[in-house]
Amino acid sequence: MRQKDHSVETIAAWALALLWLLPLAYSLWSAFHPSEYATRFDLTAPLTLDNFVRAWNQAPFARYYLNTLMLVTMVLACQLVIATLAAYAFARFKFFGRDVLFALVLVQLMIMPDVLIVENYRVISGLNLLDTIPAIGLPYFASAFGIFLLRQTFKGVPNELVEAARVEGASSFGVLWRVFVPLGKTTYIAFGLVSVSYHWNNFLWPLIVTNSVESRPLTVGLAVFGAPETGVDWSVITAATVMTMAPLLLAFLLFQKQFVQSFMRAGIR
Amino acid sequence: MVSAVMSAVESKAIRRRNWQTNINAWLLLLPAVVLLAAFTHYPILSTIYHSFHSLSRGGTSEFVGLENYTFMLEDDVFWQVLRNNIIFALATVPTSIGLALLMAVWVDKKMAGRSFLRLAFFTPTVLPMIAVANIWLFFYTPGYGLLDQFLKSLGFSGHNWLGDPSTVMSCLAVMVVWKEAGFFMIFYLAALQTIPPELKEAAQVEGASRWYFFRRVTLPLLMPTTLFISINALINSFKLVDQLVIMTKGGPNNASSLLLYYIYEVAFTFQDTAFAATLTVTLIAILAGVALTKFVYLDRRIHYQ
Repeated sequence: MRQKDHSVETIAAWALALLWLLPLAYSLWSAFHPSEYATRFDLTAPLTLDNFVRAWNQAPFARYYLNTLMLVTMVLACQLVIATLAAYAFARFKFFGRDVLFALVLVQLMIMPDVLIVENYRVISGLNLLDTIPAIGLPYFASAFGIFLLRQTFKGVPNELVEAARVEGASSFGVLWRVFVPLGKTTYIAFGLVSVSYHWNNFLWPLIVTNSVESRPLTVGLAVFGAPETGVDWSVITAATVMTMAPLLLAFLLFQKQFVQSFMRAGIR
Repeated sequence: MVSAVMSAVESKAIRRRNWQTNINAWLLLLPAVVLLAAFTHYPILSTIYHSFHSLSRGGTSEFVGLENYTFMLEDDVFWQVLRNNIIFALATVPTSIGLALLMAVWVDKKMAGRSFLRLAFFTPTVLPMIAVANIWLFFYTPGYGLLDQFLKSLGFSGHNWLGDPSTVMSCLAVMVVWKEAGFFMIFYLAALQTIPPELKEAAQVEGASRWYFFRRVTLPLLMPTTLFISINALINSFKLVDQLVIMTKGGPNNASSLLLYYIYEVAFTFQDTAFAATLTVTLIAILAGVALTKFVYLDRRIHYQ
């Protein structure tokens, strides 16, 4: 009886999993087959890369890739430096106004830049940065979430290690660089993966502040390309969609464990 | 005499060190503080300021008191998007939590191919919403789309899923549940793994059924996780609007529009930034309310992760 229960559940679980993979599987099917087969599931249908070639030629996807790469690199680099410095101050210094300031940092956890689009647009336009890649990244450079995670990590660093480094004559920066940063490695990886996936996928804010091929990230490029007015063939749009998600998807398939763990740490805070 | 001089020198040194600590700390914080002020605190205050002022088209804006707010309360579209948002939350939050729990229980068990199952459930989480929307858009396309073709093969007639106000919300909700359930699953999975196996052994010795054990032991122990996920899902339902840009543009007739999307439209299509600011204040109030409930209520009472 127990055994039967188990097999019924296994079948149900597999059915749900296959259903869950269906949209993705379908997009791959449609991207790799000629458009006549977009809704005809014939196992003998010929495979083709033609849709990718056409998408690549019809829109500047190479430029979009470059823009997204520059964007996520810039955002991650700035976030890591800024959050490390701030977290170090919060975790290891006793200074005037620390608790108030920390509370002010936490405000960003509940009211994220994503909802302040109207005023942030005004600020970016005031800085004369509209339609540039830094404009997309700037509101996210100081990440309350990163500061919070790193502060937790830094607080757990044993005092003896800090004292030992001090005795060896390390300065404040030396201690940060030689003791804290290496010990924060797992936190850095977790935060990095979450940040890269977030900014690779981010859409509404980049849509608002960009207006040209030179600054548009992949997501916005895909939306422009796939708009119904353009009349682009469905199979070509799926090919473009697959191109947009492929790098992240491949990274996820390769580093599944790290992704799942990072997303979890990030969620729990 | 000597000791008095010593202590004076000492306290001076301490005070100087204090100063140095303060300056060092503030220098370390400077970049974060400047950026947070420019892109979080100033925009929040400025949103509130603009919500009390008239729109300045070239000229100067005037203080108008609560005029924007009364306008908002009389705006049918505002009430509609708010209602839509609540319906959207009610439709997506419990469903994705239920599914996430089911998935986690399955993946936690020693089931054949569990790593494949986990992969299948979690994958939608890492995909860009905009790509997901593109794929699902084709599912829902009337006549030609996958859903209609499937229904036709069963002998049903086609339907304009996203063009019909009575079906558009459910279609979007299904898609969002698909994207989010796997993300919530990992929190349940982590929580399930902290439940001591002795509990299960004890229950088995007592002859408790699996369902009884789940209902009376597992579910209560997962309560903190459930509340934590609910809050996150609720916040997400107010933040997720990317799909609307691609799939419906809030239509038909605002039937699928959500608060943040309405803000986007008012500000960047109708160029009414004063009214957009007023709407943003409402959204901020909602998010702050949810977050404060989380901080005050949840973090104190139910957190033993």
